[in-house]
Amino acid sequence: MSATSAHINEHRDDTASKLGMWLFIFTELMLFGGLFITYSVYRYSHSGAFHLAAQELDVTMGTINTVILLISSMTLAMSTTAIQKKDKRTTLILIGITLVLALVFLVNKYFEWSAKIGHGIWPGSPLLEELGRGDTLFFGLYFFMTGLHAVHIIVGMVILIVVFVFVWKDKLTFDNFQLLENGGLYWHLVDLIWIFLFPLFYLIT
Amino acid sequence: MSDTSHHIVPYSTYGLILLLLLVLTGTSVAVTQIELTKWSTAVALLLAGTKSAFVLAIFMHLKFDQKIFRIMAVLIILLLASVIIITFLDYAFR
Amino acid sequence: MTSNDSENKGYKSYLEEDGGRKGIFKWILSTDHKRIALLYLYSMMVWFTVGVVLGLLMKLELIAPGQTIMGPQSYNATFTVHGVIMIFLIVIPGLPAVFGNFMLPIQIGAKDVAFPRLNLLSWYIYVLGSILVILSLFGNGPPDTGWTFYAPYSFKTGTNMLPAALGAFVLGFSSILTGLNFIVTIHRMRAPGMTWFKMPLFTWTLYGTGWIQLLATPIIGITLLMVAGDRILGIGFFDPAKGGDPLLYQHLFWIYSHPAVYIMILPAMGVISEIIPTFSKKTIFGYKAIVLSTLAIAFVGYFVWGHHMFTSGMSGTALYTFSILTFLVAIPSAIKVFNWISTMHQGSISTDIPFLWAASFIFVFLIGGLTGLVVGALATDVHLHDTAFVVAHFHFIVFGGVGFAFFGAIHYWFPKIFGRMYDKSWAKTGWIIFFVGFVTLYGPMFYLGMIGMPRRYFDYLDEFHGPNIVSTLGALVMIAGLLIILTNLIKAARHGEKTTEMNPWGGTNLEWQIPTPPPLENFDEIPVIEKATYKYD
Repeated sequence: MSATSAHINEHRDDTASKLGMWLFIFTELMLFGGLFITYSVYRYSHSGAFHLAAQELDVTMGTINTVILLISSMTLAMSTTAIQKKDKRTTLILIGITLVLALVFLVNKYFEWSAKIGHGIWPGSPLLEELGRGDTLFFGLYFFMTGLHAVHIIVGMVILIVVFVFVWKDKLTFDNFQLLENGGLYWHLVDLIWIFLFPLFYLIT
Repeated sequence: MSDTSHHIVPYSTYGLILLLLLVLTGTSVAVTQIELTKWSTAVALLLAGTKSAFVLAIFMHLKFDQKIFRIMAVLIILLLASVIIITFLDYAFR
Repeated sequence: MTSNDSENKGYKSYLEEDGGRKGIFKWILSTDHKRIALLYLYSMMVWFTVGVVLGLLMKLELIAPGQTIMGPQSYNATFTVHGVIMIFLIVIPGLPAVFGNFMLPIQIGAKDVAFPRLNLLSWYIYVLGSILVILSLFGNGPPDTGWTFYAPYSFKTGTNMLPAALGAFVLGFSSILTGLNFIVTIHRMRAPGMTWFKMPLFTWTLYGTGWIQLLATPIIGITLLMVAGDRILGIGFFDPAKGGDPLLYQHLFWIYSHPAVYIMILPAMGVISEIIPTFSKKTIFGYKAIVLSTLAIAFVGYFVWGHHMFTSGMSGTALYTFSILTFLVAIPSAIKVFNWISTMHQGSISTDIPFLWAASFIFVFLIGGLTGLVVGALATDVHLHDTAFVVAHFHFIVFGGVGFAFFGAIHYWFPKIFGRMYDKSWAKTGWIIFFVGFVTLYGPMFYLGMIGMPRRYFDYLDEFHGPNIVSTLGALVMIAGLLIILTNLIKAARHGEKTTEMNPWGGTNLEWQIPTPPPLENFDEIPVIEKATYKYD
């Protein structure tokens, strides 16, 4: 996002690229906002079924993933401190840890999804038709929202890999690290959304 | 060059915030496992809101940035909240 | 007036500066905001022609009861594709992407937008979206849902609805990125002394528009993705058979699409606020009131979406809340009309062609706006919902509003953009024919709606025949006017009389203080702004 500083302007404007990133984050918030509206409407009209369906989800798994994302957010936030202290090694290690944690999150998600699918629960599956409307909507939303969230994790990982390479090659340094900061903002957004997805799907039993 | 004087946040601040976030996560899991029925969702959402406030303020540096970012973030959250409330003027009164 | 000429050729204009590229690459690889603006202009002209032809086909079908030139399925496809093209490819991006791109950096004294490469990317995304829309025409037949893609029909129809919806999704992305770019540009790149309340009004309306693009568009993005999920995976978000609520689709759709109406109309109001003071030689009346009403419209416009759903079966509470909020939006719009009229009052008006477009804009906007209140009131809407009245109302607002402002804008800024001048008397001839045709085309539809003619049918009862003939004749007249206008402009852009006059109309904004056509970087030195804009001595 920040590789877009004006081609004519002699000097770059970090605040402009940060503002651009924030505006993009607002867009993302509204994108998930549409889904949160949908969720709240259906939870309101099918509260009993949502309550029961949520018990199908594995709270332990969800909690582990929450902890993983929170830690990854912290390590990435720390990397902005490291780079300002001109500590390239620590910066790279911290971004690396974040990437590994992101991967672990996805692997977890994979097992969670395949367990559900193994039980015959996927969008439009015959079992859901039997279970009824509330379950259909709950699991439809579950797959759609966690799926979209997973896509954002993957995008975030791609951004972080780019940032990693740039730091490695000294393209991002202590006085020029807006791309790292923007990548961080994006990653924290992914975390932020999960902070709401977790209680809404796993904890409303 | 950049007109923001970057405030270097010490590692310990981030560590502290993580600790806080983990405690809040634990609390919300614990609270919803015991049957508080009506209130459990509200409590879980309240805790999620608190957690996201910390992420926004510290991890996303809103606390240290220019005021305009804070104003924008707050207004957008209010906008989304109002849209949800207005939608429920329909669903809650059918 | 002696220095009103940029003849002393010490510079290369943006049209001559090709960045060392050849042929079409001079355009499609350039990140110059002015060239990107023209890229949008040319692509939109192609689409506009297609949209107009489809509209004409509908009017020809409706010239007599029964099947005239097409059957029901073709008619459904025609109004759907007409709507998708006109809304998503033309009026939503129209003014911001063309004139916003060209004028916004100049008006605030900047050399370009904040993210020039992102700006070019937005155009590519726009092209990608329009290709998807074209693709929807082939295969199983064009979509027949109406441009609103209402569920549950949109995930049940066998026609090619998916590419059209994905096209709208992709176009939304382009719109978001343009809005993002403008907001950052306005926040960060204003020239020294260009304070918020010295900004030209067109720039102000683009600022309001940018926020709507940014915050409303994602909602339709996700909604269309959910429809795709319903169609492909059978999730059932909006499928009543699976517990979904089709009404929720309407909510989500209009949460975007009502603010989208303000994406269309706000920049149009901005253009009018530029033209009127220039041709009245008078400071705009109530500058701050116009700015604040712009922001008020952008803000309140978020909360009125329900007035599209009065007959859909919402709760009573929602009904009257949305109706009251709708009446509130009328106030800032009325403030603007009042300010434009007051600006003209006791000004020394010159009736050049941009002014004629602006004045006729106010006329059609008043009719469109006041009939909006008729359908915004609960009781009358029940009678008029889904009739020709609604079609007339939104064509008066959207085509009358955006279209008239667009033509006003292009006649106003044409010499600055192309460094050439069009034939003024042909321009006036085209305008009067177009205007008469426009009113004749859409005027009778108000009456038809009131006596009960429903919209979106290829056929109608005999009693509606008379006004329909008038309406179709109006369409032919309007298209004749349109042909004159477009021919005149295209001819002028290629062979028109060259002009280097910096300020042909006597405007006060920065775009009139730089050479014609502007140099690549707009300003040699970033200007320092001392006096407020719209000051005539």
